[in-house]
Amino acid sequence: MSIHLSILSTSRNWIRRKLFNTWANSVITALIIMALIYFFPKAYMWVVTDAILTIQVDSESWWGYSFVPDSNACIKANGACWDFVAEKFRLIIFGLYPQDQHWRPLVMMITLISLIVYSLDTSRWGFRLGVTWVVAIPMMFFLMQGGVLGLTFVQTDSWGGGPITLILSAVGIVLSFPIAVMLAFGRQSDMLVVKTICIFFIEIIRGVPLITILFMASLMIPLFLPEGININKLLRALIGFTLFSAAYVAEVIRGGLQAVPKGQYEAADSLGLSYWQKTIFIILPQALKLVIPPIMNTFIGLFKDTTLIIIISMYDFLGTVRLGASDPAWRPYYIEGLLFAAIVYFVVCYAMAAYSLHLEAKLDTERR
Amino acid sequence: MANAISSFKRTLRIITMNGKEVKAVIFQAAFFFLVAGGAYFLYHNMQVNLERQNIQTGFHYLSLESGFAIGESWISYSPSSSYARAILVGFINTSVVAVLGITLATLIGVFVGVAALSSNWLVSKLTSVYINFLRNLPVLLQIILWYTIVTSPRFLPTVRDFNGENGLEPFLGTIYMTRQGIFMPFFEADIGWLGAAIGLATGIFISIWIRYLSRIRMDKTGQQLPVFWIGTSFILVLPCIGWLLMGAPVGIDYPEMGRFRLSGGATITPEFIAVLFGLTIYASAFIADIVRSGILSVPTGQVEAGRSLGLQEGVIMGRIVLPQALRIIIPPLTSQYLNLTKNSSLAVAVGYPDLVSISNTTLNQTGQAPEAIMIMMIVYLSTSLTTAFFMNWYDKKIQFVER
Repeated sequence: MSIHLSILSTSRNWIRRKLFNTWANSVITALIIMALIYFFPKAYMWVVTDAILTIQVDSESWWGYSFVPDSNACIKANGACWDFVAEKFRLIIFGLYPQDQHWRPLVMMITLISLIVYSLDTSRWGFRLGVTWVVAIPMMFFLMQGGVLGLTFVQTDSWGGGPITLILSAVGIVLSFPIAVMLAFGRQSDMLVVKTICIFFIEIIRGVPLITILFMASLMIPLFLPEGININKLLRALIGFTLFSAAYVAEVIRGGLQAVPKGQYEAADSLGLSYWQKTIFIILPQALKLVIPPIMNTFIGLFKDTTLIIIISMYDFLGTVRLGASDPAWRPYYIEGLLFAAIVYFVVCYAMAAYSLHLEAKLDTERR
Repeated sequence: MANAISSFKRTLRIITMNGKEVKAVIFQAAFFFLVAGGAYFLYHNMQVNLERQNIQTGFHYLSLESGFAIGESWISYSPSSSYARAILVGFINTSVVAVLGITLATLIGVFVGVAALSSNWLVSKLTSVYINFLRNLPVLLQIILWYTIVTSPRFLPTVRDFNGENGLEPFLGTIYMTRQGIFMPFFEADIGWLGAAIGLATGIFISIWIRYLSRIRMDKTGQQLPVFWIGTSFILVLPCIGWLLMGAPVGIDYPEMGRFRLSGGATITPEFIAVLFGLTIYASAFIADIVRSGILSVPTGQVEAGRSLGLQEGVIMGRIVLPQALRIIIPPLTSQYLNLTKNSSLAVAVGYPDLVSISNTTLNQTGQAPEAIMIMMIVYLSTSLTTAFFMNWYDKKIQFVER
């Protein structure tokens, strides 16, 4: 009993200290609580109690139920129509990929996500992981495109949804990394010509919006290529996106290069190491370690930026939601689809941000 | 003879620092020719391809008649205007949304950033939710979401719903909130209102100037002027004088309900609202976090020193903490401003006629892809560079001069 009382009194103290410590704070707290009491039930009713998500008992389904989306039920409802997400779920995740082949993008996504999660642990970074990535990317491409080993051919135009978002962000970032390292060193170089060209490349790309680069990639690359050579839309977008992210990542790496103490450069020089030995074995490992947390923030930004490819009419995760809402019966419920996409993007970005904080703390203790 | 050669070699080696410089020159020359050759190869292919498609290169298409209408424009424009004028309309629309977005995002961001440090648990939790939620959603998704909300039949009526006897009543009798936009009263086109606007601009200019003069005076004599009151009175009085001098008009243009549409007054289109909301709210979350960490970076000793001098909390914040925090805040804030300007290009996704959207239409009509993309890039690049230049100048000005 006495323990119970002491908890009560500490919580009362806590409330007084944190919510009602001054006259002004008491007013603010009261106002916020009133606003919450007014808005929260309304939001809750819209999202949950008044919302429509039609489920039916179905003994054949693995969990005993199945979704039976009904757009007519939604017309009468006052709340959200989650039936839209249920109806268009496959379209949102896999895009226009042939229905009977959906296992392929699924396998590809699971592999890619596992590979990313596996690569998150910095202690696993090394030559073997690099080789794994180099082998895995073309294999996933062949799995998706087919035409080999009895897999039906699926052209890249009908890829969509999750795989496109994943390919653009993961493959774009992975490919941009070596280019970014070269650009960063080029910009730091003593050689005037190399330095100037690198500065021009980085600053032009950072000075213009991504959408102009994607326009350039989708419209200009066909013009740049000699007659008869054609590359598909996905690859063009991937090239544009890779160059864009390379410029941003390069600037972060340059920050790391500048933060490596000058003594490290001098020590390497006085040991008589060549430029490449110095760069690869002394400077780069230290610089990369310094820039891991800020680079994660850049990656989060790039992941969010993949949504821009819907403007050059490709269907990433956001694009397939839009595609689903182009169905006249479901058009009014685009908002629910967007909210669903918002939750997915938020979860991924927030997880990446949390991971970056974790890395920062870990590297900080290692340095001590 | 052999002696002479070896001595020549030695001299050469000394001049060229053991061949290091020669290597560097050769490497750079090779690199340059590789890049230039690659660029020429691409350029040549482009020439050939364009010729095959019968597209003439060059910018003369800019003076041709555009032939398309633009939803909203701040300068006079019609389909018979030239492409160049259409692009100018787009540039002005981009500037309007960017400048307004930067201003609003800064105001909201500073407010939320300061609130995040509140001792009130609810306030600091809510601001943390605001910051973390909004900056982890793609800005394009936010713009599209806002656009869907403000054009959805589920949330807003249409203009026709206000028509007839059983029609809806507009807000305050004059403001129509519909999914075709917000229609509201606006000043009638009259020179008197222009006088008021000029008065307002002069008032703002004079109050900034007085503030500057009083700074100098304070540095010299230590005396302070009631800058705030003098400035405010100028800003309030001068527009009235301008308005009176120009004939004191009273004309206000109200939106009138016609058979099918509203005419008169001012209209804010749903596209503009969506782009402005999306850009502002997304950027404000980043700015709030920048402001929060900027304030946190000021040592608490500074606040305590202020308190022990007997200064008020507001003065401590305004005169001691913020000026020091500003030095940390300015560089990341600059990049947020640049990001917002660049993100305004996403307006194309909801059909707000910004620079990218209009250039895209131009490009589709004329097929002049290289030129249209070049114009877009040059405009954004020069805007970015100008902003960066100005903010670097400001940053240098406020940096601590270490003695």
